[in-house]
Amino acid sequence: MNILGKLSWSAIPISEPEDMIASGLMILAAVGVLVWVTVKGRWPYLWQEWLTSVDHKRIGVMYCILALLMLLRGFVDAIMMRAQQVMAAGGAQGYLPPQHYDQIFSAHGTIMIFFMAMPFIIGLMNFAVPLQLGIRDVAFPTLNSVSLGLTASGILLTNISLVVGEFAKTGWVAYPPLSELRFSPGVGVDYYLWALQISGVGTLLTGINFVTTILKMRAPGMSYMRMPVFCWTALATNLLIVAAFPILTATFAMLLLDRYLGFHFFTNSGQGNPMMYVNLFWAWGHPEVYILILPAFGIFSEVFATFSGKPLFGYRSIVAATMAICVFSFLVWLHHFFTMGAGADVNGFFGIMTMIIAVPTGVKIFNWLFTMFGGRVRFTVPVLWSLGFMVTFVIGGMTGVLLAVPPADFQLHNSLFLVAHFHNVLIGGLFFGVMAGYNYWFPKAFGFTLSERWGKAAFWCWLVGFYVAFMPLYALGLMGMTRRLQHYDNAAWQPLLIVAAAGALIVLCGIICQIIQLIVSIRERDEHRDKTGDPWNGRTLEWATPSPPPAWNFPALPRVEGKDAFWTEKRRIRGSSTEEPTSLRYEPIEVPKNSATGFVTAFFAVLTGFALIWHIWWMAMLGLVGAFITILAFAWRERAEIEIPAALIERVDRAYREALSR
Amino acid sequence: MTMAALYDEAADPLLDTAADGPAPKAIVVAYGFWIFLLSDIVMFSAIFATYAVLAHATAGGPSGAQLFNETRVLVETGCLLLSSYTCGLMSLGIEARHRVATYCAAAVTFALGVAFLAVELSEFAGMVARGATPERSAFLSAFFTLVGCHGLHVTFGLLWLAVMMAQVVTKGFRDTVLRRLFCFSLFWHALDIIWVGIFTVVYLIGARS
Repeated sequence: MNILGKLSWSAIPISEPEDMIASGLMILAAVGVLVWVTVKGRWPYLWQEWLTSVDHKRIGVMYCILALLMLLRGFVDAIMMRAQQVMAAGGAQGYLPPQHYDQIFSAHGTIMIFFMAMPFIIGLMNFAVPLQLGIRDVAFPTLNSVSLGLTASGILLTNISLVVGEFAKTGWVAYPPLSELRFSPGVGVDYYLWALQISGVGTLLTGINFVTTILKMRAPGMSYMRMPVFCWTALATNLLIVAAFPILTATFAMLLLDRYLGFHFFTNSGQGNPMMYVNLFWAWGHPEVYILILPAFGIFSEVFATFSGKPLFGYRSIVAATMAICVFSFLVWLHHFFTMGAGADVNGFFGIMTMIIAVPTGVKIFNWLFTMFGGRVRFTVPVLWSLGFMVTFVIGGMTGVLLAVPPADFQLHNSLFLVAHFHNVLIGGLFFGVMAGYNYWFPKAFGFTLSERWGKAAFWCWLVGFYVAFMPLYALGLMGMTRRLQHYDNAAWQPLLIVAAAGALIVLCGIICQIIQLIVSIRERDEHRDKTGDPWNGRTLEWATPSPPPAWNFPALPRVEGKDAFWTEKRRIRGSSTEEPTSLRYEPIEVPKNSATGFVTAFFAVLTGFALIWHIWWMAMLGLVGAFITILAFAWRERAEIEIPAALIERVDRAYREALSR
Repeated sequence: MTMAALYDEAADPLLDTAADGPAPKAIVVAYGFWIFLLSDIVMFSAIFATYAVLAHATAGGPSGAQLFNETRVLVETGCLLLSSYTCGLMSLGIEARHRVATYCAAAVTFALGVAFLAVELSEFAGMVARGATPERSAFLSAFFTLVGCHGLHVTFGLLWLAVMMAQVVTKGFRDTVLRRLFCFSLFWHALDIIWVGIFTVVYLIGARS
């Protein structure tokens, strides 16, 4: 009995040069950052201001940083796949052996969905929702920090798999029986499962936190029908998280029981039922699609209204459409596997439901068009991303409706047409959305705007690169090329794959532009300072406070009189001749106290996860006991809040009002 | 413009809920815990659905009718439902800020929970001794997972109850402790509801087929 379970030196992939180079670079970068922080003496700052912070704005920013890092990691995987498919035509095998290529496409999907898209939308919700609701923090601030810690733990475990052991070779969906122990005996699937179980708990806690926040903690007068649309979409998304993620947890738990204790949920033997995994997975997986896209819709709604200088057209219809999607998203999951053979009636039902769900989405497109109609649209970077989204997403939506027709799906199932479709909606919908949100809220988070010039360059590279990279995949899918091919015999496919690779390179230019945009903007921050807290002439409450907002967000909770609360307020002040009353009475405010609970929980989660992956049972027990003691320590702490003195609040608020009047 | 004219804000039913600012902490915590319970029940429903699919996938092994003992299940159910009653008594003790009553009711609740678990574990042990292990068939995998998951919840609940009593001892009936005790009682009653589902779907239906 090995004290380190299945772990031994052979877990380090010394024989695979690409792996070693990639892990070497990653370790070097991580060590470099740690050394830099140590040399600069920034640990106290990092610990007090960020790692133990329970401020929703800080947590939101950290989520977004994680997402941006994982975007780079996932994109490197994408470039490697494109390069492989350029080379591996006819007899050629390319530079990636199958077992390595399989890990890359699995890691790409897992990372992009769970560790890029999810943290990005959760980060933006964390940052913006409490501000938009006019409150000081989320319902459970320390729990929020635990959520972040668990997400980071999942990310860390997935990246450890690059250095120690391997990742899943099953695709990001890990269908059994392939993902069962018999066919995937390595630790790859275990890395996948434990990383996603841990980060999944974090996501569920976020869902609970935000549903409670939005339903129970709005500023005075902020009735449901006065909430900004982003808050509505955040509500829908978090309701979906609460209703869908437990299904994923249960499903993965069953697969883990199969793999660890010889259960027969999804095995070929013992009358297990592999198709049940597929059903359960997509009962989570289709709502997940809307978990990702709905907040993006919310961002577009804010951006179009703000930069058109008009209220959103048809607010009530967009709210109704959002909530309709929220319900319908649970009634379409079977369209992911029409080929299962459920029969014409079942397929027909789910095909029609899938077409119906396109209707509320179409409603929104018209809402946004009519919002711009007759407005003075300012073509800033967020607007460009939003316009790019509208065109691209409509195309992606139409190919989706095509795939919703079961007979067509039988032809296109598992082909590159499908790959092109979901990249079309995920990049053109979700990613363009988070990019619009990133450019839109950046000045609020850091007090200066991002460079418009580099932002526009990044947008155009992404837009053009997207079309060049994915339109050929539609054609290839129709030509019969299936997904996840490490090499192929049909040489006629090669030219289009070269075009697709060129598109990926254009996207790379876009990413480089984004990095330059960030660097240039930080360097020239003094020229782009946002002194008023309202750089875009905004409509919602996050713009009614300084940039960056103080820890307490608002000196006194705003009283909301109607929709577009801040816009209404600005109009009222401009309309009235009397000066604003300056004799505000400031009162001390209690804000939640910093807590190391999230960080320590994350540490024990990584320890436990790693131990379970490698069957190091004593270490798993240690991790669980550690996590339990952490919770006990939290339960016995004496003070949950600290008081901000009225004098400090007064000073900050007076400085803000002075900047406003100038 | 016309849309705005058509829309009469005063007649909006949703506006009646116009919040007077954030709800008090006690409401927020209980509400959040309700949402958590909802998510827990969603997780159980996924496992219930799996069990329903696999209920007859015995792979030639023993079926529910051959394995289940109705008397034993009756005892289990009795313990758990009674523990919910004593948990209610504990809530009354807390309401009255009466420490002794709280401790006594909590002790009885704890003992009934332990008794439930003991009967359940003896059932599992008996099945394993007859070769009816989770590795035997998909049906048994689903059975052990569904019932075992509920058992794990009860175990966790017992741990939580013990911690809460330690909190009452050391910190007294202060606000944070009261909120957590309230959440505990919600959790404990929810386990009853899930057990009623298991009792019906697994044991009542299973013993007949």
